[in-house]
Amino acid sequence: MKVSMTVNGDQNSNDVEPRLLLVHYLREVLGLTGAHIGCETTQCGACTVLVNGDSVKSCTMLAVQADGADVLTIEGLQKDGKMHAIQEGFWEEHGLQCGYCTPGMIMSTLQLLQRNPHPSEAEIREGLQGNLCRCTGYHNIIKSVQHAAEHMKEGAAAD
Amino acid sequence: MLPGEFEYHRAGSVDEAIKLIQQFGGDGKFIAGGHSLLPLMKLRLAEPAHLIDIGRLPNMAYVRRGNGTVSIGALTTHYQLEANADLAKSVQLIPEAAAHIGDVQVRNRGTVGGSVAHADPASDLPSVLVALNAEFVAKGPKGERTIKAADFFEDLMTTSLGEDELLTEIRFQAPQGKSGSAYEKLANKASHYSVVGAAAIVTLGGDGNVQDCALAFSGVSSRPVRATAVENALKGKQPTAENIASAASHAAEGIDYALSDIHASDEYRLAMTKVYAKRALTKAVERARNA
Amino acid sequence: MVLPKLVGSPIKRREDPRLVEGTSTYVDDIKLHGTLYCGIVRSVYAHARIKSIDTEAARQHPGVFAVVTGEDLKAGGIGMLPVAHRFGEGLKVPPRYPLAVGEVHFAGEAVAAVVATDRYVARDAVDLVQVEYEPLPAVVDLDAAYAGAPYVHEEFGTNIAFEWKLFNESGASIGEADVKLSQRIENQRLAPVPMETRGVVADYDKGKKSLTLWTSTQIPHLLRTFLSLLIGMPEHHVRVVAPEVGGGFGQKLNVYAEEGIASALSIQLGRPIKWIESRAESMASSIHGRGQTDYVDVGATKDGKITHLHVHILADLGAYHQLLTPVIPTLTGLMLTGPYTIPNLQCTVHGLFTNKVPTDAYRGAGRPEATYLIERVCDLVADATGVDPVEVRRRNFIGSDKFPYTTAAGLAYDSGNYPLALDKALSHIKYDEFRAEQAAARKNGKYLGIGFSTYVEVCGMGPSAAMPAGFGWESSTVRVDPTGKVTVTTGASPHGQGQETTFAQIAADELGVGVDDVIINHGDTAGSPYGVGTFGSRGTAVGGAAMMLAIQKVQEKAKRIAAHMLEASVDDITFENGKFGVKGAPDRAKSLGEIAWIAYTADTIPASIEPGLEATSFFEPPNFTYPFGTHIAFVEVDGDTGEVTLKRYVAVDDCGRVINPMIVDGQVHGGLAQGIAQALFEEVIYDDQGQLVTGSLMDYALPTARGLVSFETDHTTTPSPVNPLGVKGVGEAGTIGSTPAIVNAVVDALKPFGVTHIDMPMRGEKLWRIMNK
Repeated sequence: MKVSMTVNGDQNSNDVEPRLLLVHYLREVLGLTGAHIGCETTQCGACTVLVNGDSVKSCTMLAVQADGADVLTIEGLQKDGKMHAIQEGFWEEHGLQCGYCTPGMIMSTLQLLQRNPHPSEAEIREGLQGNLCRCTGYHNIIKSVQHAAEHMKEGAAAD
Repeated sequence: MLPGEFEYHRAGSVDEAIKLIQQFGGDGKFIAGGHSLLPLMKLRLAEPAHLIDIGRLPNMAYVRRGNGTVSIGALTTHYQLEANADLAKSVQLIPEAAAHIGDVQVRNRGTVGGSVAHADPASDLPSVLVALNAEFVAKGPKGERTIKAADFFEDLMTTSLGEDELLTEIRFQAPQGKSGSAYEKLANKASHYSVVGAAAIVTLGGDGNVQDCALAFSGVSSRPVRATAVENALKGKQPTAENIASAASHAAEGIDYALSDIHASDEYRLAMTKVYAKRALTKAVERARNA
Repeated sequence: MVLPKLVGSPIKRREDPRLVEGTSTYVDDIKLHGTLYCGIVRSVYAHARIKSIDTEAARQHPGVFAVVTGEDLKAGGIGMLPVAHRFGEGLKVPPRYPLAVGEVHFAGEAVAAVVATDRYVARDAVDLVQVEYEPLPAVVDLDAAYAGAPYVHEEFGTNIAFEWKLFNESGASIGEADVKLSQRIENQRLAPVPMETRGVVADYDKGKKSLTLWTSTQIPHLLRTFLSLLIGMPEHHVRVVAPEVGGGFGQKLNVYAEEGIASALSIQLGRPIKWIESRAESMASSIHGRGQTDYVDVGATKDGKITHLHVHILADLGAYHQLLTPVIPTLTGLMLTGPYTIPNLQCTVHGLFTNKVPTDAYRGAGRPEATYLIERVCDLVADATGVDPVEVRRRNFIGSDKFPYTTAAGLAYDSGNYPLALDKALSHIKYDEFRAEQAAARKNGKYLGIGFSTYVEVCGMGPSAAMPAGFGWESSTVRVDPTGKVTVTTGASPHGQGQETTFAQIAADELGVGVDDVIINHGDTAGSPYGVGTFGSRGTAVGGAAMMLAIQKVQEKAKRIAAHMLEASVDDITFENGKFGVKGAPDRAKSLGEIAWIAYTADTIPASIEPGLEATSFFEPPNFTYPFGTHIAFVEVDGDTGEVTLKRYVAVDDCGRVINPMIVDGQVHGGLAQGIAQALFEEVIYDDQGQLVTGSLMDYALPTARGLVSFETDHTTTPSPVNPLGVKGVGEAGTIGSTPAIVNAVVDALKPFGVTHIDMPMRGEKLWRIMNK
């Protein structure tokens, strides 16, 4: 069946099977492979994207459920070729190693900082509870989020 | 882990949703946020031939309060409960329990109606709603009916909702007077579901004694269980640490069946009901005092 | 101008932009025209005879291109999966075909493969393959496997795959020791769980009769060799590419069935074949780690000096040997004495078949088991003698003046200063104050604990002669391009360790160019000299060393060309601040770029100098490296629930010379999380029928941000003499050091309940039972 949605500002429309997961729509149909699949049971958050402003695990959502939605993926974070402050934060503070969880981790961080621009360490740990990383022990991810929070201008979080 | 084939139908109204489910009978399933159903479909433990998407039904995501009654629309997400400022003041245990569900992304998508209708015994909201004596509004081909919390959750993943009924709203009386409530949880480290979740509501009388209280558990048995022995032991008493502990020691009474799995044995779960009864009651009392 | 040194600086990682922007290419991101998708039918039984496989319904399903069984592949000339070992006839090796033939030996073993138009249809078709099984008794428990029948492989008449022994005793027997104690210690099975599961894309080119396999692996070169043998294709017609790899932790240091299956299917169908492992498949059929039951007898003096260590290891190999399965528990044996001067050592390893997925290398691979054992023993000796656990360790340490030191197991430790690391760790905490706080808290029903772990690990895997099948070296090519840019290829295959950055730091310093003038290529067998791979904390210690040797060759050649350009003697050429000059005439110095241009244009260099500016080196390490450190954990055990809260963690690690301190700390952090999680909650559980109970991340708990703390890390620096960089490796240190620190802390917390040992993991219910017995 036909689905249409806006992804990273671009309108698209495709004919898909109803069972196609949103993550496969993004990755296979649109070629946006930044969202990854890590667990398939809604634990790891590697597939996290924003749908109408809410972070969701795109492997636990059908593409048809996102029909008409406004979707933001990791590929849509950069503005004018410049990294988003959260991407900068992860780079600066070595918040990644193999990089597989990173796009999801960054999208969850975006949601966190949109709702709470100055989170405490405990609030960051709580806010990233839905994202698993096997490389960093989260230590530098926490620092990356703090770095991003410090460098994100007030109001810029909504971008 | 990919779902099998199905036909997808998007309902535009409650009536249409009911018509569709009538049409497909046992082959149809409602889907809202999908956070209970989709994982099962991906594991092919559920393979409905028809999926009826109720996620866009209008005016079904709300929290309203009037005449002491709180009404929650079935499509309200866990996050909407967690972030609701009014509930945070009046019925603390709802946002508190909601914040314990899964993680941020799950709470953004998962709906209260979906969670409750799925009736996973380890999910958090059912025990909260049982403690609140909530009523569940179901709409079916024969019209609307109201089901009491005590009658709603029947067994493991089983409710008294008819196959062709749709849960539309949940209502309860907000605790009145000097009341406080709390939800305390021992979480499964992998799934974040509850091993034991304790939902407590305490109302203090003018003398400072416990005028009324309610306590229910998630995670322990095949359905949320009400701890009446604890409630009876505490009613009319001063909510001292000793009295709370003494009342909480009755927590496992009346639980005729306890879940047992790799994460916790039945024995441990039953023992933890006492610990979490005490913790939730203590917190609820503290909040009642400050109310 | 003096160029600032890059080595030792925490420069940002050069691989990160593509990763934070989501533009990197992991296996599942590769999309070749005409790709078909493979799905695997897996055994639902732990042990069964395959009576029949009916593939008809699957074949008839729309969109299905092929269905193959083990018999089909065997008939097509596909061989068996390899195991590398030096046991000779002493190792029982059951045949292991990519798709089971005749019998299945673990739940999750591949039985048949389907090929379809897309991954959804492939998944549908998997369910349509009807396999009829005759169930056989499953061997699950280790002690039972050791005791006798039933057997995993009936033809062997035993479950013991091998016996391996160490014996080094002189003087008094253990019976004469002042203090004797015995302990049974379990080291539970773990799942490595890299966040990216395994996956392959196999693409056979009919015209060239060549196969390209993109696979999420740590060992592209070795895999190419083994794959060519497995599928019977000449090695030079096989190209293996490890694209971006989303974590490995040892699980991807292997040769897997699906790599052979997808290759065979691509050759058969002439189409690219993609197979992406689901997480459920990963849990059930990719290698696990650990899995030992150790019986320990210890002799010690009254003042806490350990004199005897006798260990009987029952190692859970699983149903088959994967690449290094039987080797892993022998590493435990070799490292049993840790950083201590234990004179008398006996160890017997019995490798046991069980009806479970094979075990193999998981971060630490045999050494965490040894460290856990000896660090538990230190605390048991402390308990038995009344000597403080810190003091027990201090009294048994190998002195810092004793290196190189040959242990009772026969290993020659390269360098070390164990008291220094211990003292540095202690300087971060107030030990006496903690003991007072702990005593006061106990009176209030609060159970605080402190745990120590002073570990040493064997890393920097080779040398070749000491490896299970050689291959202990590493290779590198360093090419200075005509414009002076530097292209390095390494045979190592980093997958998160950051060597595109650290290697560039070294090369830039050594060649006098900027870090952005260097690129590090890896992971493609078509684009580099033959290499070995990244595992065993060897990437920098062996791979970096190989690059260093190649750089030295390039420097030498650059000097010869500079001498020609400057009309000076080679002996008079200096290399300072990135320029090659003549002693006493710095203004005439030539940059690397200027020299490279001359080297490639080659019209002015003498015939005695070959054109070009490139060198390849192979580094064979003369010995392993032995990183070490001291970890201290603080925990609190909830008296009501038994739940453990990690309060604080101090890690002092010595990995020799540090190239990039930011990256080193990152490696430590990640290792800590994995080691801590083993101590507290990670555990693969099979039921008594051999069914995997922890088959998804809903039941197998990984550490989350909420359950951990920010770690306090520090370092001492004791360079290794065995490689030109002085590095020791750090990939596994955190995992190896942390597990016993946590367990020791929990046991310490529960001292009032009279316990001296608790088997992992430290789950709440287990501790609750101890407190309520």
